[in-house]
Amino acid sequence: MTPQRLIPTGILLIGALYCLLPVSWVLVSATKSPGELFTLGTFTPGTGLLDNLAELNSYRNGVFWKWMANTAFYAGGGALLSTVVSAVAGFALAKYRFRGRNLIFNVLIGGVLVPSVVLAVPQYLLFAKIGLADTYWAVLLPQILHPYGIYLARIYAGAAVPDSLLEAGRIDGGSEWRLLGRVGVPLMVPGMVTIFLFQFVAIWNNFLLPFIMLGDDGKFPLTVGLYTLLAAGANQPSLYNLIVTGALLSIIPLIALFLTMQRYWRTDLSGGAVKG
Amino acid sequence: MSIRPDGASQIASSKDSRTSRSGSTREGGVSRGAAPYLFLAPAIVLFVLFFALPIAYTVFLSFRRTQVSGLGLGRGARQEVWAGGANLQAAVSDGELWAGWLRVLGYGALVLVVMLGLALLFALFLDSAHVRLARFSRIAIFLPYAVPGVVASLLWGFLYLPSLTPIGGIDFLGATAVTYSMANVAVWGGTGFNMLVLYTNLRAIPRSYYEAARIDGASELAIALRIKLPMLVPAIVLTTVFSLIATIQVFTEPTTLRPLTNTISSTWSPLMKVYRDAFVTGDLYSAAATSLVIAAVSMVVSFGFLRVVRGRAFGEA
Repeated sequence: MTPQRLIPTGILLIGALYCLLPVSWVLVSATKSPGELFTLGTFTPGTGLLDNLAELNSYRNGVFWKWMANTAFYAGGGALLSTVVSAVAGFALAKYRFRGRNLIFNVLIGGVLVPSVVLAVPQYLLFAKIGLADTYWAVLLPQILHPYGIYLARIYAGAAVPDSLLEAGRIDGGSEWRLLGRVGVPLMVPGMVTIFLFQFVAIWNNFLLPFIMLGDDGKFPLTVGLYTLLAAGANQPSLYNLIVTGALLSIIPLIALFLTMQRYWRTDLSGGAVKG
Repeated sequence: MSIRPDGASQIASSKDSRTSRSGSTREGGVSRGAAPYLFLAPAIVLFVLFFALPIAYTVFLSFRRTQVSGLGLGRGARQEVWAGGANLQAAVSDGELWAGWLRVLGYGALVLVVMLGLALLFALFLDSAHVRLARFSRIAIFLPYAVPGVVASLLWGFLYLPSLTPIGGIDFLGATAVTYSMANVAVWGGTGFNMLVLYTNLRAIPRSYYEAARIDGASELAIALRIKLPMLVPAIVLTTVFSLIATIQVFTEPTTLRPLTNTISSTWSPLMKVYRDAFVTGDLYSAAATSLVIAAVSMVVSFGFLRVVRGRAFGEA
């Protein structure tokens, strides 16, 4: 290879190795028994994977799986609702002309600039006032509306739904609801998948909101659960194996989702990125 | 942690002209007039409940304080009263908060420069025709996007621990190194996403531009610097703004690394101080005032940055 090829390829591979380093470390470390974790070479596989899984499985009556299920519920339910709300709002913003359209759009989008903490603390206080703090609702509801989802949906609707189809539907006597359901939504599906993925990852990865909202560890998502495990186990290296195994299991679903949905990350990301 | 595509209001306005043209202008029946509002109703209701109301409540709380009468015992001895601007004044002049700002400034400068620099470099390399194994590298570098900030901090945190680290001789969590160690977690988590945004923008540039330049005898480096880079500027500006906002609000990484070291205080970043004030010391009013200061700083910084670069990036229409 000529240097012109060698240098960029080499630098990219170094970047790739750097990014894979912690992931491969957790993959290997989850196989080590408590003794092996500190004695075996960093990347030498151990013999304790099954024991670690069994121990994690029985930790506080299987609370880890509860965290996993909670996370799937928050991320799946939240992203689904978010996609529907965004798609319907984006369709209205792109395909109708009405008073206050730009004002509504700008206000909704402006929400992106508000720091999460300015929202999370008062959201907690308000939920506490109506007795809903420390419930599933407290984590689910605030994450449904996402300004970026609406922004993307507006672009997709504008690009994917031709006015002529809507006009034809109106001439045939279709109601606006029918037009949305039969014409708009089917054409927007690829864009909606991307919105769903972004929102799914955002909720799956969120720490601050559930950390503030929840006190009962039966309702924790993985991020908060693993944090409490770490906070409890920082001075007990015997818990490290549990944390490492839990960390590995917690990233498997998202990495799987991410690898199988490559197409949607790649192509549709540009729709939302800068093409002014 | 990483820099998610949390919106793009910047380019939204330029889209308006196009989308409004495509909007139908023919008059419709009553149902059609109400339809867009009905479609927008869920979003508006959610916005009012989970954005507008909490913001208003924060502003309200920041002007309140607790007044203790008598010995402060019994019902009614503690009352919420108006405090005027005292809380905000206290937040602005709070030395602990300022120290937090300084730490975040150093950390943030490091993260922004390294993360966006690497993202740009990787994106340009991926886009060049001469690279082997590009697909593997692209997927591997984007992979950390799928790892939650808590888990990323936890994995690196363990790799930093003297008893587990493969690299001896450095106290990664010591007082001097801890900022760099934390910045590394953020760089690791955020580079891939920003790279992908920049890369998809690069792919959108018509290839014919490069052909023309090559015929004129331009080298690959010259094409990258003279054609690709200038056309990427809007995307770079956008990723920078969102990275800035996210960095100002850094919370997850220091909070997660805290149990592993005693070099990170409970008020290491401004957001951590808000959390401590609200939930540990129970002073909601100063927490509210501090959140407003953080909101003001993020807005001033992001708008200030946009103002400075706008002339160059968007051609000042």
